[in-house]
Amino acid sequence: MNDVVVVVDYGAGNTRSVRAALTHLGRESVVTSEPQAIREAAFVILPGVGSARSAMDHLNGSGAASALTERNQEGGAILGICLGLQLAMERSEEDGGVSGLALLSGEVVRLHETRVPRLGWSVVEPWGEAFYFAHSYAVRSRDAIASVDGVTVAVRRDAFLGVQFHPEKSGPAGLEFLDQCLSLV
Amino acid sequence: MPLPRLIPCLDVAHGRVVKGVSFVGLRDVGDPVELAQFYSDGGADELVFLDIAATPEDSSTMTSVVAQVADVLEIPFTVGGGVRSVEDASRIIEAGADRVSLNSAALADPSLITAIASRFGSQAVVVAIDAGDGVVHSHGGRVATEIRTVPWGVEACERGAGEILLTSIRQDGQRTGFDLELTRAVRDAVSIPVIASGGAGSAAHVAAALRVADAALVASIVHENPGGLAGLRREIEHEGITLRPLKERHG
Repeated sequence: MNDVVVVVDYGAGNTRSVRAALTHLGRESVVTSEPQAIREAAFVILPGVGSARSAMDHLNGSGAASALTERNQEGGAILGICLGLQLAMERSEEDGGVSGLALLSGEVVRLHETRVPRLGWSVVEPWGEAFYFAHSYAVRSRDAIASVDGVTVAVRRDAFLGVQFHPEKSGPAGLEFLDQCLSLV
Repeated sequence: MPLPRLIPCLDVAHGRVVKGVSFVGLRDVGDPVELAQFYSDGGADELVFLDIAATPEDSSTMTSVVAQVADVLEIPFTVGGGVRSVEDASRIIEAGADRVSLNSAALADPSLITAIASRFGSQAVVVAIDAGDGVVHSHGGRVATEIRTVPWGVEACERGAGEILLTSIRQDGQRTGFDLELTRAVRDAVSIPVIASGGAGSAAHVAAALRVADAALVASIVHENPGGLAGLRREIEHEGITLRPLKERHG
């Protein structure tokens, strides 16, 4: 165990912004898909941009997928962000159907709104704080803990917490949220 | 529906912010990183960086600007100008930008929209449309094409764009208000968000645009007084538009 936060690499972009936010909070981080690092880290972030299928292919290929599953079973803290939240579910409608990590029960479905993708800031209930969203799919899960307009935007089960918004792109509110997540460990 | 967004646009050439004059309170008025942070602190919901020189020699300069911005900025930002291939998009997104904006390159090869969207998702692809007299203009608005504005918006949407940045060439820089009719016509025809651009001269103009569009791009109105962004937000809210609640920075 050490204090370094592992940001899981699966070949998509955006790890830079997550690391920048962690640096801002005074936390050291490393971007890797190495299974041992994922199992032993104090805290793991599964970030999110890209397509579900290529992300799962990367996670399975590198052994990160089974390391995340083991970590979750042992009660190690994981924060899933956007696609990272969606990958933790059992399955996704995206890309014609993709099997997820199944850390939680539930599925990922296409947003049925007038305008998709949903881009911009929304106040998350019941937290009463505005965060930044950029997504075309959303989760349905009985582990939902927060929502926007009836759409689930956060789920929690044991030591896994997943959010649909981008805390690393949500200004001071996002940084405070990340800080709180890290301090739970 | 997400809350309407106010998006300052910074024109960059050779790694420096150009245009805009009296930046009170800044050490270096041309530094994109410092300006980005300044606007973010002032309550910008998002930023757009437009590389207006966008020569091939500039691409590495721009990538380094993007990386530096990504390291300090905690709000989303889009980078446009000079994105001509999936590799260009990938370089910019990997450097930390949330989205790329395509303009002339998408007109020349519309399949580029789909190629970037399938790799990074639709939310990462903005198609910028410079519109005048019913048709789309390319090359920074200098060349009129024969492509009609509304059908091009529809095509961009069908090909996987996640947002349209719609600039009225006639209104751009005039500060007499947005072209609401054009904005409404495009937004009614597509199922993705639309950013209205060109013509912001007052809070009332921006409020009117935000009643029609999902976001408004502002340039000269904020560049002349960057410290006035917070005041502009308050005035827009007085016009009856609800913007995102800002949270004070602690520590």
